[in-house]
Amino acid sequence: MSTPLISVKDLTLSFKTDEGLVKAVDNVSFDIAPGEVMGLVGESGSGKSVTAKSLMLLNPDNAVYDPKSSITLNVDDQSVDVFSLKKASEQMIIRGGAISMIFQEPMASFAPAISIGEQMVEQLMIHSTMNHARAKEISIEMLTRVGIPDPAQRFGQYAFEFSGGMRQRAMVAMALSTKPKLLIADEPTTALDVTIQAQVIDLMKDLVKEFHMAILFITHDLGVIAQTADQVAVMYLGKLIEKGSVRQVLRNPQHPYTQGLLDALPRLDDLDRPLKPVEGDIPSPLDRPSGCVFNTRCPVTLGNECETIIPKFTTNKDGQQVACLLAQTQEAEA
Amino acid sequence: MNEPIISTHDLSVHFPLTGPLFGEKPVVRAVEGVSVEIGKGSFYGLVGESGSGKTTFGRALLRAAPITRGSAIYNDGEVKYDLPTIKKHELTDYRKRAQLIFQDPYAALSPRMTVRDIIAEPLEVMGLTKSREETDERVREIAAKCRINLEHLRRFPHAFSGGQRQRISIARALVSKPNFIVADESVAALDVSIQADVLNLLKSIQQDMGLTFLFISHDLSVVAHTCDHVAVMYLGRLVETAPTRELFANPRHPYTKALLSAIPSLDPDDQGNPLKLEGEIPSPTNPPPGCKFQTRCRYAIDLCRKEEPKLDKLGDDHDVACHRWKELAA
Repeated sequence: MSTPLISVKDLTLSFKTDEGLVKAVDNVSFDIAPGEVMGLVGESGSGKSVTAKSLMLLNPDNAVYDPKSSITLNVDDQSVDVFSLKKASEQMIIRGGAISMIFQEPMASFAPAISIGEQMVEQLMIHSTMNHARAKEISIEMLTRVGIPDPAQRFGQYAFEFSGGMRQRAMVAMALSTKPKLLIADEPTTALDVTIQAQVIDLMKDLVKEFHMAILFITHDLGVIAQTADQVAVMYLGKLIEKGSVRQVLRNPQHPYTQGLLDALPRLDDLDRPLKPVEGDIPSPLDRPSGCVFNTRCPVTLGNECETIIPKFTTNKDGQQVACLLAQTQEAEA
Repeated sequence: MNEPIISTHDLSVHFPLTGPLFGEKPVVRAVEGVSVEIGKGSFYGLVGESGSGKTTFGRALLRAAPITRGSAIYNDGEVKYDLPTIKKHELTDYRKRAQLIFQDPYAALSPRMTVRDIIAEPLEVMGLTKSREETDERVREIAAKCRINLEHLRRFPHAFSGGQRQRISIARALVSKPNFIVADESVAALDVSIQADVLNLLKSIQQDMGLTFLFISHDLSVVAHTCDHVAVMYLGRLVETAPTRELFANPRHPYTKALLSAIPSLDPDDQGNPLKLEGEIPSPTNPPPGCKFQTRCRYAIDLCRKEEPKLDKLGDDHDVACHRWKELAA
């Protein structure tokens, strides 16, 4: 494989709180190749947003990164160690330069008292040497590109004058105007109606092709993942538990949690199938289970072993990786 | 179908806006001329995009939104209320019989009350129990039914996850032993693994207690799995209604078809999405003339732009409001 665009290794991160150190991300490693769409799936509280924010060093001040963690960004034939970027001027490359982010709630992400256009121009001028007129031209061009009707007039409007779907489009336009190499999309369609979601997904797919951009797509919706991602990583309680191509993971899930997620999903093609929830609730991060983090809810737990041994990733012959003792034992037997 | 517990005819809810001093004031026509019959003991689904008026309709049935026009009758066999003209003392009784489960379990529970107090509050407010012991008894009974750990009754809501909170808010809705429940996007805020659990709980409670549910949701696959009858709303109008299986097997309205095809498939190789909708739902203050869906409908003809279609009966309880459904079905 060629050099990955971004390479995350052993990312471990805790938050200092009144109740002590709370581990949010535990030993997470993954690579994203240029132009690749990586889906990151998991329940709320599984650490997917925190992982993504680490790439831009956007976590709050009480976040403590483990010294072993490393994130390397490879752009334009040079590699950047993200954790070595201390000053704001150095961090520009990961904050809007080579990496951009779109958020779940577009209403909360735009400043309410500055027009959409001015916000787009502002970030363009920060990240390049262009003047205001040129930045405005590019912004309007991007608004046209994402399908906002009447962009020249919309340019001067405020976030409240846009509908939910249009705000998300404007957000995409803004994130892409600096031509980032990696776009982090944190639940970009969750707050939208299905019909609008379908429009935004199509738009993002087109733009990936056009700009040859990689995306880290965070969502809890496996259907959205199926339609957008090339690779999928599944997280549970701060740990990566399964990784593979989208077809492998969705058609042949190896980890009991991934299987449980797929079984819990209501499907239109089989209305008689009973919905099977994953039993129990996700444990509090203050009270992480020992051994495999999923052992408290796992339907096929081996008992004692799963409560004591932390499973390592095993790779099957198709390159699909899973962290489960059961898979390890089966591997050993085979 | 069983006897209807709720039947509405031409029900409309309008909200006046502040406008110019003289001349016509703008009105938001949130719900316009909706006629439905919800059979006793059914799990009735109501779907549509945001802005389609489904929440307002649910609230109007609970008398939490004003009814501007039309009739709505509640009849559970014991009592019969005409909702638009319901009297104050009748409304007090109606509140025991009809309850609401909210969308966001994080916002719906007071952080300063223990779980026991949250569930007991309706009993105390409505004066349904005579002593504290009796209240406790009822709370424990309903908590057990909703699979809430009885030891958790003394705790505060912050200690619970989303799924547990939603079970608490379900218990609160059920404690007054209602007959009719409006569940407004009750699983939308939950993770899939928990969502299935709450749906199964709602189903089992409905069968146990013989309840009738109006289940409001934007998620068609959830509705397909839980409801036995589905109504689709668009811009305040009912556009299609049918038994669940019939609707999903033979959707007739172009809007229903588009909604169904917008659901992202779990199969990465199934990218077929031929009926994609352009644009967005128009504003209810200024709805388009004729069929409300004509601005986004690929089959719209002149007739659709002039005349609003009426609900046509297809038989088998399947109604659709579209001028061209017959041609399109052929």
